[in-house]
Amino acid sequence: MATMTYLQAISDGMREEMRRDERVFVMGEDIGAFGGAFKVTDGFLDEFGADRVMDTPLAESAIIGTACGAAYVGLRPICEMQFADFISCGFDQLVNVAGKMHYRQGLPTNITVRLPSGGGFSGGPFHSSNPEAWFMHAPGLKVVAPSTAEDAKGLLIAAVRDPNPVVFMEHKHLYRRVKGEVPAGTYETPLTARIAREGSDLTVIAYGAMVHTALEATADLDGASVEVLDLRSLVPLDEEAILASVRRTSKVLIVDEANQMCAAGAQVAAVIAEHAFEHLDGPVRRVATPDVPIAFSPPLEQALLPGVDRIKEAARELLDY
Amino acid sequence: MALETAGPLAGTDPAAHGPGHLTPGDRAGLLRSMLLMRSVEERAMNLYRQGKVPGSFYDGFGQEAVSVGAAWALAATDRLCILHRDLGAHLVRGVPPARILGQYMGRDGGITRGRDGNVHFGDHTRGCVGMVSMLPDMMLVATGMAMGFKLRHQDRVALTFFGDGSTSRGDFHEALNWASVQRLPVIFVLENNQYAYSTPLAAQFVVDPIARADAYGMPGVRVDGNDAEEVFEAVHAARERALVGAGPTLIEAVTMRMHGHAAHDDMKYVPPAQLEEWRAKDPIDRQAARVARDGVDVDALREEVRALVDAATQEALAMPMPDPATAHHGAFHDPADGEVVLADGGEAPWSGFAAAGGAG
Repeated sequence: MATMTYLQAISDGMREEMRRDERVFVMGEDIGAFGGAFKVTDGFLDEFGADRVMDTPLAESAIIGTACGAAYVGLRPICEMQFADFISCGFDQLVNVAGKMHYRQGLPTNITVRLPSGGGFSGGPFHSSNPEAWFMHAPGLKVVAPSTAEDAKGLLIAAVRDPNPVVFMEHKHLYRRVKGEVPAGTYETPLTARIAREGSDLTVIAYGAMVHTALEATADLDGASVEVLDLRSLVPLDEEAILASVRRTSKVLIVDEANQMCAAGAQVAAVIAEHAFEHLDGPVRRVATPDVPIAFSPPLEQALLPGVDRIKEAARELLDY
Repeated sequence: MALETAGPLAGTDPAAHGPGHLTPGDRAGLLRSMLLMRSVEERAMNLYRQGKVPGSFYDGFGQEAVSVGAAWALAATDRLCILHRDLGAHLVRGVPPARILGQYMGRDGGITRGRDGNVHFGDHTRGCVGMVSMLPDMMLVATGMAMGFKLRHQDRVALTFFGDGSTSRGDFHEALNWASVQRLPVIFVLENNQYAYSTPLAAQFVVDPIARADAYGMPGVRVDGNDAEEVFEAVHAARERALVGAGPTLIEAVTMRMHGHAAHDDMKYVPPAQLEEWRAKDPIDRQAARVARDGVDVDALREEVRALVDAATQEALAMPMPDPATAHHGAFHDPADGEVVLADGGEAPWSGFAAAGGAG
């Protein structure tokens, strides 16, 4: 075990898997000599060479599309979008080629697409998005969103080994802020939920950066016992873990950093409404980002992103319900 | 690089044509594959009119020389993205006609087992990727396959077809640029059939696509798309070029879509004189005349193909429809089912591969 940041853990996962499996390579804009916009592939060029650490033309559709082609001939590409927002330019290849190929043709698309996501740094409307729900809605894509360093490495390796296309949401605000013990070597984190903190009075369901915000907001709520469930994977969605927690606490608050409309949390709420209605002692509440682009100026951005205060307020209302 | 023009658009004297890579057996084989494509598609159109083909029906009538000639030049280890006017490529690779007719009818025995329709299929056991409707997407998939070959230092090429309408999409640019930057072993076959649905060339582009090859630093080769042998020679040359590491080639096969975009399209936007002009250049008639001069009994060949399609039709009609209970299966691949990638099982009938000791 070594202590690593979330970012170092993602790097370590890729590096270990590339050492183990010559089919794995990374491709993206400015990832080679520069080491990537966030330095996730820093040093990779020296170790693996330019073939396996591929600086690509500035063309997201081509990055996804050529990765699909490489996968069909037996390689295991890891694509880096410089920012999650830029995946809109590669949307068609991801949704129509990668997502639908196996259902139609029985041909799996073994690609991993890394999306540095999330706000909190004045990135503005084009460098702060959380577009995971687009891909939850598209058949044939898996979507994972780790919140810890250990899970970031384990889910990255699981994504690379999964024969299906996996969208890997890596939250930029966690890159250097979150540290943890990370096992050496390679291991796979299962695509299931994890209880980040056990509790009995209320369940807060979150993923990615919001797990940490939820833990902070509910660490001391007048002695209430609050469970925090970290989804880790959005597709597949661990419905059993969600329902089991709701049965224990009977009250649920769901937190999304993404825009509220049809976000991952909306699906979680629907699952609870359909399968755990009898166990609820209050309304299913949601805290999410309003349906506007992420603003640039700090006071505007902070007004949009779910923060500790909004989560506390919603949690208190539910505990008092 | 210089723009190379490999031949006039029309008026080639068939008797004078014979560049040397094709044996009489190849020439007859090209004809047989084109006859098979036309026969399967005519049969499918009949099945459509009988209400047995759901949706609409799309064919490549008049364009048979493009897909057949191009696929004839590829080895079994090469990889293809095959589009909806290119049934001949599937047939050259050896996909059984019964499975194709089953595909059209949405049967469980079709290539996609009813998951997708018409020519939206690719038999991955024969090295072929099924197209998506956003056609130039496949240019990037083919580029990626070629990238995989280069990364692994393999002597193989990837080929994709696309149409004149595809040249308007961004993926056309991204693919040509990427393939050229990385000098990839990929062959882009632009199948210029004069219309994208109802949109004529003049409403699609100002600069001829083949002239743009120069801007991407690759050869642009225009061929008569109604001459299977000329298409074969152009793809063969592009393949040789790709195998020595010289990079991609853009081939424009000029042809004509003789039917509507699909069965529901009455083609009222096509001037009758244009159809008449192209009807005189039918690719099957041209190849049949050559093959007859080689002493082959073309009528017997037509009869053999007809009998084969008759039998395939009966086989396809006997295939059950897919089980509705399975409709939600298969969005994801189960790792327990083993690794699946494109395989080398496709046929590569060109005599040159056999002569080289089965290098195909």
